Amino acid sequence: MSIVAVEHLSIAFGGVRAIDDVSLAVREGLVFSIIGPNGAGKTTLFNVISGLYVPLEGSVRIRDENVTGLPPEALARRGVSRTFQNLQIFFRMSALENVMVGCHRHETTGALASLLHLPEVKRQNRRTREAATRALERIGLAAVADMPASSLSFGNLKRLEIARALASEPSVLLLDEPAAGCNAVETEELTKIIRGIADDGITVLLVEHDMRLVMQISDYIHVLANGRTLAAGTAAEVRANPAVIEAYLGVHGSQEAAHADG
Amino acid sequence: MSEFVQFFFSGITVGAVYALVALGFTLIYNASDVINFAQGEFVMLGGMTTVFLGLAGVPLPLAALLAVLLTTIVGFALHRIAIEPARGANAVVLIMITIGASIFLRGVAQVVFDKGFHSLPPLFGNAPIHFAGAAILPQSLVVLAGAAVIVVLLWAFIDRTLFGKAIIATAVNRVAARLVGIDTRRMVGFSFGISAAIGAVAGILITPITLTGYEIGTLLALKGFAAAMLGGIGIAAGAVVGGLLLGAIEAFSAGYISSQYKDAVAFLVILLVLFVRPQGIFGKPKFERV
Amino acid sequence: MRPAILDRVVSALRRSPMQRQWAILAIAAVALLMPPFFPSTYYYRVATLVFVFAIAATGLNLLMGFAGQVSLGHAGFMGIGAYAVAIGPSRFGIPSWLALLAGAALTALLAFAVGRPILRLKGHYLAVATLGFGLLLAIVFGNESRFTGGPDGMLVPRPILFGWSIGGTVTWYWIAALTFVLSAMLAVNLIDSPTGRALRAIHDSEIASRVLGIDVARQKLTVFVISAVYASVAGSYLAAFDGHVTPEISGFLRSIELVAMVVLGGIGSIVGSLVGAALLVMLPQVLTVLHDYEHMALGLVLMGVMIFMRAGIVPSLAAALARHRA
Repeated sequence: MSIVAVEHLSIAFGGVRAIDDVSLAVREGLVFSIIGPNGAGKTTLFNVISGLYVPLEGSVRIRDENVTGLPPEALARRGVSRTFQNLQIFFRMSALENVMVGCHRHETTGALASLLHLPEVKRQNRRTREAATRALERIGLAAVADMPASSLSFGNLKRLEIARALASEPSVLLLDEPAAGCNAVETEELTKIIRGIADDGITVLLVEHDMRLVMQISDYIHVLANGRTLAAGTAAEVRANPAVIEAYLGVHGSQEAAHADG
Repeated sequence: MSEFVQFFFSGITVGAVYALVALGFTLIYNASDVINFAQGEFVMLGGMTTVFLGLAGVPLPLAALLAVLLTTIVGFALHRIAIEPARGANAVVLIMITIGASIFLRGVAQVVFDKGFHSLPPLFGNAPIHFAGAAILPQSLVVLAGAAVIVVLLWAFIDRTLFGKAIIATAVNRVAARLVGIDTRRMVGFSFGISAAIGAVAGILITPITLTGYEIGTLLALKGFAAAMLGGIGIAAGAVVGGLLLGAIEAFSAGYISSQYKDAVAFLVILLVLFVRPQGIFGKPKFERV
Repeated sequence: MRPAILDRVVSALRRSPMQRQWAILAIAAVALLMPPFFPSTYYYRVATLVFVFAIAATGLNLLMGFAGQVSLGHAGFMGIGAYAVAIGPSRFGIPSWLALLAGAALTALLAFAVGRPILRLKGHYLAVATLGFGLLLAIVFGNESRFTGGPDGMLVPRPILFGWSIGGTVTWYWIAALTFVLSAMLAVNLIDSPTGRALRAIHDSEIASRVLGIDVARQKLTVFVISAVYASVAGSYLAAFDGHVTPEISGFLRSIELVAMVVLGGIGSIVGSLVGAALLVMLPQVLTVLHDYEHMALGLVLMGVMIFMRAGIVPSLAAALARHRA
């Protein structure tokens, strides 16, 4: 059974079909990449899966439960978390506090208890702080825990968003172009981080343009172009697919892919 | 039936003022994304300045002209002194600035003029015109005609002159406008000036009917904004239709339901529009892309 | 979008939880030690008003400074609390303290009912909707003369607690100061809690908040109701202290003054709420001779602060101090 299944999904914005009859199934514990040229509908697909958009047609299922049209909060409760292409960091909070917010779905105290600062709130604060600190340590950002997020470098902010998403203890993690704007060193670290996440048993859905990263890390690749499925398969299969090469990888890309092979 | 016609005419007369205030809002909003709460003060300044210049012995037509000129300058000044320095700030900061300006202008009017209500003589006398059993003031027709003339002039200016097109270009895409050599700062300033002029004329025309006083600005601004929202914020046709509609709704509810809660009608309209159809009558629904 | 200097300053200010607790203790100490230095009861009166308005401003700060929403009609809630302690004892014969609680409860209910739809709006739409709502309340207070005494308002009977008639400026000073310190502590507690973090997250990115499982609508509603109750209590105190209430208490100008207090003193700073309240209460006192220039002054101050010192006084001063030390 797939942990995430999308069936005949379509969504349109003002008459333009951003996604047209796309179906895919993600097996649990795999790194599943979605690639395609700009405007192919990759982020839109993520937005539908994470509940930010409601599709026109089709369905989204998480562990065989129909979650089509449910809001993001409901999906978070079902263990789906994500990062954003254009960072949605809480800039007015510190790095640690950003990750602490990630723990929110496991926090149980309400507003009244908070107002009165009952002991349970103190305990909750401590637990959350510890969990967030551990998450930062794992991703290598412990040194900047108390710095305001607005002062962090771009690469660190990308990692912070991943740490924050991980703090919610998801079973499915959607990473939206995590390597965008990162240099070679940062991308290398990112590859290790994603590998570590997958090894922990979390299913990773990845939208990426960096072909080396995609080829190195993906267990399965789904190619989108103009909102439609172009091809799907393992890294080797997709690399060899002539339609994909022609539409997307191009000469440069296929050389990259050949290099990534070793 | 005659009651209906009576309410209708008094409604759209005031509605014409709301329409002009809303038009001013729209012009400024389109050029700069600012909701100008001082819009109502422009109306107040038009009427009050004319009255006091008249009291000082200036012949009324000249007084009216000077009043419009003065208010236009105030509009420019508002942009230059208060809005331009805060360019790029978020919506709430800008609203607070225009609210501050509105309170400031009210304070000035309080001191320079006085706290009383004042009137101006109507253009064609007070003899009511009888139509369908209702008694309509000639000044009503003056207001409606004046508003129509302003709307047409504005449309002609925007649509037919290069200057007008430059303002629209600034409104549509500020960066692109600057790239083709348009001085966007001046354009936004002009939109403030024109809005102020429109407001001032509206104030002068309506004073013979509704009187003027230092405090009328606040409610007018709110009602003008309600009208703009009703028609669709940023849409000129919407401002006009919204204004007339709001005036009519107000008059009918005051006449048939309760005159005590007349002022509440505008707020109820705002709340209704926001919850039922936020984009207004002519607007298109907004869509936030992630 | 990377925020400007204003936001870095605010974030620096809001980072340290212990700092906030110490600030409240400092205020409590000042409140305790100030009175011997008051030359006359007039000073007690001004200080009382400052603390009362600071309660309302603190509540509004929770909504505006931390949750990032805006309310230009908050004085409406003050009006409900004020008229509750006027109408309750005079028209229904219930004791003042019960009327205060009833007013707060009614405010909470109204805020809950109205907040749900209104908080779906953002930016200037939210601003205008709250403005309209506040004005609607003011109109109701002015019109329903049978209950409210109409535009001239009505007298507020002295509160009687356990047979003790509460009156006198000095008594009110201690009541107001104590209540403010309490309300500030509650606010600080809220900020350093899961709810507080959720609110601050919503302020920075609603989308990320939702994706992390935060029920944004519910959290906004919660802080809206809390801030409304703060305003209601402040309104009750104000009316009981003044002995008189008019519809002006929930008028447009009053709402703008409240926002000005928050914004002047410092969005996101509890101490700032007190500073802002102090400034705006003392402004007309300073200008008693120039009473007619009050509006001009308020308008200028508002514009000036919003243009030049957007973070507010306390955060701007704190930032200046930090830069000086560095």
